[in-house]
Amino acid sequence: MKALRLQKILFLAVLGVMTLIYIGPFLFSLSISFNADKNVFDWPIKLLPENFTLDNYKNVWKDLPFGKWLFNSVLVTTIQTFSNVFFSALAGFTFARLEFPGRKIIFTLLLSSLMIPGIILLVPKFIVLNELSMINSYGGLILPGLVGVTNIFLMKQFFETIPKDLEQAALIDGCSYFRLFWQIFLPISKPALAAVAIYTFQGAWNEFLWPVIVSYTEDMYTLPLGMASLRHELLTDWPLLMAGTILISLPTLAIFIIFQRYFVQGVASSGLKG
Amino acid sequence: MATIDIKNLKKVYPGAEDATIKQASLEIEDKEFIVLVGPSGCGKSTLLRMIAGLEDITDGELLIDGNLMNELSPKDRDIAMVFQNYALYPHMTVFENMAFGLKLRKVPKQEIKEKVENAADILGITHLLDRRPKDMSGGQRQRVAIGRSIVRQPKVFLFDEPLSNLDAALRVQMRAEIKKLHRDLNATIVYVTHDQIEAMTMGDRIVVLKDGNVMQFDTPMNLFNNPANKFVAGFIGSPSMNFIEGEIIMESFTTFKSQDLKFSAPPDLRPCLKPYIGRRVIFGFRPEYIYDKAVEKTKRLSESMEIEVQALEPIGSETFVYFHFTGNPNHQFCFRSDSGFAYNIGDKITIGVDIQRLRFFEADTEQRIM
Repeated sequence: MKALRLQKILFLAVLGVMTLIYIGPFLFSLSISFNADKNVFDWPIKLLPENFTLDNYKNVWKDLPFGKWLFNSVLVTTIQTFSNVFFSALAGFTFARLEFPGRKIIFTLLLSSLMIPGIILLVPKFIVLNELSMINSYGGLILPGLVGVTNIFLMKQFFETIPKDLEQAALIDGCSYFRLFWQIFLPISKPALAAVAIYTFQGAWNEFLWPVIVSYTEDMYTLPLGMASLRHELLTDWPLLMAGTILISLPTLAIFIIFQRYFVQGVASSGLKG
Repeated sequence: MATIDIKNLKKVYPGAEDATIKQASLEIEDKEFIVLVGPSGCGKSTLLRMIAGLEDITDGELLIDGNLMNELSPKDRDIAMVFQNYALYPHMTVFENMAFGLKLRKVPKQEIKEKVENAADILGITHLLDRRPKDMSGGQRQRVAIGRSIVRQPKVFLFDEPLSNLDAALRVQMRAEIKKLHRDLNATIVYVTHDQIEAMTMGDRIVVLKDGNVMQFDTPMNLFNNPANKFVAGFIGSPSMNFIEGEIIMESFTTFKSQDLKFSAPPDLRPCLKPYIGRRVIFGFRPEYIYDKAVEKTKRLSESMEIEVQALEPIGSETFVYFHFTGNPNHQFCFRSDSGFAYNIGDKITIGVDIQRLRFFEADTEQRIM
């Protein structure tokens, strides 16, 4: 018994240290965002600011085009999330449930595209969008992220776990394939759809690289890009930057807390058995 | 309701070497309760799914009420199907599950309500109409699945092993309920099962399948008493028929001889066994028609056979007695005895088989010799 209790304590200690490592930087950022003092890198680190202030949060809205960046981010993220949920479910359903020539080859091709590092695709994507005159536009920001292979894969795996009998019962009841997808498969796939929505939301909301490449005027910036633009070589207003960063991480945090159950279920259902 | 004509139906799955259904021809009459039975992989579910339109027909014709169905999709065949795992829509209530098919057919709301309530009433599930499938037991779910199929009043009902997931007691109860439903609905039903007792108790006629071939299509009693071949003889009946391979020889009379036993054939059977003199045949006799000669005096029994009891399985009303013939201890057989006779292992008994019930099969084709 004693040995077991000791083991338990040891596990908890390891868990505590790990949590601190992950949560430490976030707490530090939080502390800086409330600091009235611009010089925030004094050693040792003070987790509780000596001069507490909310001004940094006010200044984010006052001094920066934060509203515009927020609008851009919300627009891009919303469209990409809805589009990913719909198209990856539709494609996943097609690959999981419909028989058609070349199904396996197309899916293998699609999957193998995951092996190509995303960074290699940046230049071709840029050239294509440039030809379409979409650089520095909402179209350019949104289009490349409308559907993702990982999401298709996740939905396909989920749909494959749904018993074949259910599909056949619906066909006998009189469903077309689209109705089967829309009225039977989608409503019972909420965990997987929620997982896709959360992944996409998180990815789109935090996306930095693509907006950097595709937008060059401040009014087309998304929030992460806007925040990064506050960093200057000689002078960076760290408390302001951190206040902005904390603000932009709130929606992801809220969504994760609300949908945590679905998130975990979705990850589980992407496995073989569901 | 409807007739079903199956003419030389064949099913080969893409990429498969052998046909799953090699050739099936059946004429199912209006209001008949037909059971497809056979061991795993015999093609019974495939045949049912071909009738439903869930599997393509490779060759042959399927007619329902005289109309060719080969190219029609499931929804246009006017059939309903009940699945082994119920296949209820988990996100819908019982009412919505039952109403779904009618809604898709644009039946007026009031009519849907009446039909669903009527079906629920027949099946005793009115109190469950607002529940979801996950909040119900297996038996209740199966009733809902049946309810979903009867609201549409289709021409043909198809059942794919609907009772396999239920416990033994519930299975017996549902068996009776489905039979009653058949009488009440006056419906044509095709029912798949691997359980031969289910087949015997429910079917007006039974199709016995093996490796994609129809072995026999007949009434339950005919399958039991007059099996067309060794497979049907062995598959129908529990415990199954005893078989001994041997030879027909000519002594004073036509005689069957094997390692286990030797006896002269009863006069009725001699003419049909005569052409087989010098050839291998299989002798079959059911556990139900074996009698202890010391006890049974009224029946016309075959010549005496000496046996030794090897094992006993009492099941209450009767006892399964496992034995071997005195000549060959390695080959075990079974007979059903009244549990009142207290046999012991090692007992030596003289038995006889009801001579009306002796069956012989050709050794090479396994067809019955008649």
